[in-house]
Amino acid sequence: MKQKRSLSPGALLYLVVVFALMYAPIAVLVFFSFNAGSSTSQFTGFSLRWYLSLFQNRYVLQALYNTLLLAAASAVISTLLGTAAAVGIDRMRRWPRRVVNAVTNVPMMNPDIVTGVSMLLLFVFAGRLLHRESVLGFWTLLIAHVTFNLPYVILSVLPVLSRVDRHLSEAAQDLGCTPAAAFFKVVLPAISSGIVTGFIMAFTLSVDDFVISFFTAGPSFTTLPLYIYSMTKKPVRPDINALSTLMFVVVLVLLVLINLREDKEAKREKQKGARQ
Amino acid sequence: MTNPRALRQKLVAAPYLVWAAVFIVVPLAMVAYYAFTDPAGNFTLSNFHEIAGFSHTFILSIWLGLLSTIICLLISYPLAYLITRCSPKTQRLLMVLVMLPMWINLLLRTYALMKLLEDTGFINELLSLLHLPPVHLINTEGAVVAGMVYNFIPYMILPIYNVMTRIETPVLEASRDLGCNGFQTFRRVVFPLSIPGIVSGVTMVFVPSVSTFYISSKLGGSITLVGDIIEYTFNSEANYNTGATMSLILMGMILLCMLVMNQFTGGDEEAILV
Repeated sequence: MKQKRSLSPGALLYLVVVFALMYAPIAVLVFFSFNAGSSTSQFTGFSLRWYLSLFQNRYVLQALYNTLLLAAASAVISTLLGTAAAVGIDRMRRWPRRVVNAVTNVPMMNPDIVTGVSMLLLFVFAGRLLHRESVLGFWTLLIAHVTFNLPYVILSVLPVLSRVDRHLSEAAQDLGCTPAAAFFKVVLPAISSGIVTGFIMAFTLSVDDFVISFFTAGPSFTTLPLYIYSMTKKPVRPDINALSTLMFVVVLVLLVLINLREDKEAKREKQKGARQ
Repeated sequence: MTNPRALRQKLVAAPYLVWAAVFIVVPLAMVAYYAFTDPAGNFTLSNFHEIAGFSHTFILSIWLGLLSTIICLLISYPLAYLITRCSPKTQRLLMVLVMLPMWINLLLRTYALMKLLEDTGFINELLSLLHLPPVHLINTEGAVVAGMVYNFIPYMILPIYNVMTRIETPVLEASRDLGCNGFQTFRRVVFPLSIPGIVSGVTMVFVPSVSTFYISSKLGGSITLVGDIIEYTFNSEANYNTGATMSLILMGMILLCMLVMNQFTGGDEEAILV
């Protein structure tokens, strides 16, 4: 294996073509977001007017605020519930554990549309019980988002938890900690990486969700994906291009930052390893 | 082993268990309830008879879902393999490039593709600049499949790449030392070891493809898939019984596919152990 690092020209071409195809639609959108005209195919001059119109659109800003609020609330609740659940599941015996895991997998395995529809049926039923025309709004969205976030939190915490030595917690208790104190002082720090991963996943899933929100939201509370949906229903909305470009830039910056941090950590690990 | 401490430790999961029962199990039970009743709440099987009229929609959804899954696999497998052959730094960069589109909302990605494929879109504008005849791309089955592949391909690349990076170099060297050439090493070592990645990639592409409604409504014009009908029966008609029946069948179908796929990996894992 002398030439492990170099690719043949054909392989290189393949990589370039696939990535070019993956990015072509986004590139076109970004390019035409600076178009003076409203077309997405004919460039008539450089302009920032669509960005201006976007920032003056208070519905967009409201939807953005709603999205972040919902994502933060649902991520916090699902992280708390999910971490507690993982701790409990970790202690369960084989049979009940299997049942709980099967139920936990349901929102992940099921198509989003089925999850959305099933929750809508529940909310309609609850509305009937409460004699209300419609209960759909922030609270139903929050419930739905917590529900689809939970499995991801549990599945990020469980594997980390199973690697924690149980004797540690027992040792802490022998040294005079209450079980709760032992958990917070010994177990929690050891599983914090899994909890953080779960929280970040929950937050991003919530920001990104369209399908489940589509069925469980009411007219009183609109998130950004739902607002984008109403925008794309109209034939010509050039401000979408500007919005996509901004979102693309935000994601790009975030990913680069995460990657840089990982780079640094990898380097530090390496140095540590070298010293030992 | 029913000391109070162990009991308390199990109780921490209780809030979640209640939540899962009310918001996962009960909603599914309600889907089943609506599928087997009429609007008045009486037991009936007529919903399923009605659905029989939509069998071509189910077949089309499965067909397009399968097609896009196969195309994703054919593109992703060599891609993931090539990425693992790059230096670690390039690998990380390329994987960021793979994941970046995943973080952009599906609606925007589909909208971007639509703007590219339209009759007056970017591709046709380019063609007319080059004095070539226009091509009709939008509102065809091809456009829907393109939309599925474009939206979901990162979910295929990612798991395949992950299993491939876990195949260690000594394993490949051992295979070569034992007399395998490059192709044999691939067929007997790399491919069997990457099957779990393929299986999870296939489910992660197939499930959203088969149940989509946004992609088909934006890129498919009059092409209706199962998702479109479920969306329509719930939002425009408020016909919960038909919609619930279709959801139930869709769920059953996907469950069946998963079971088959799991059999697949189960058998192979044993083969690897042997």
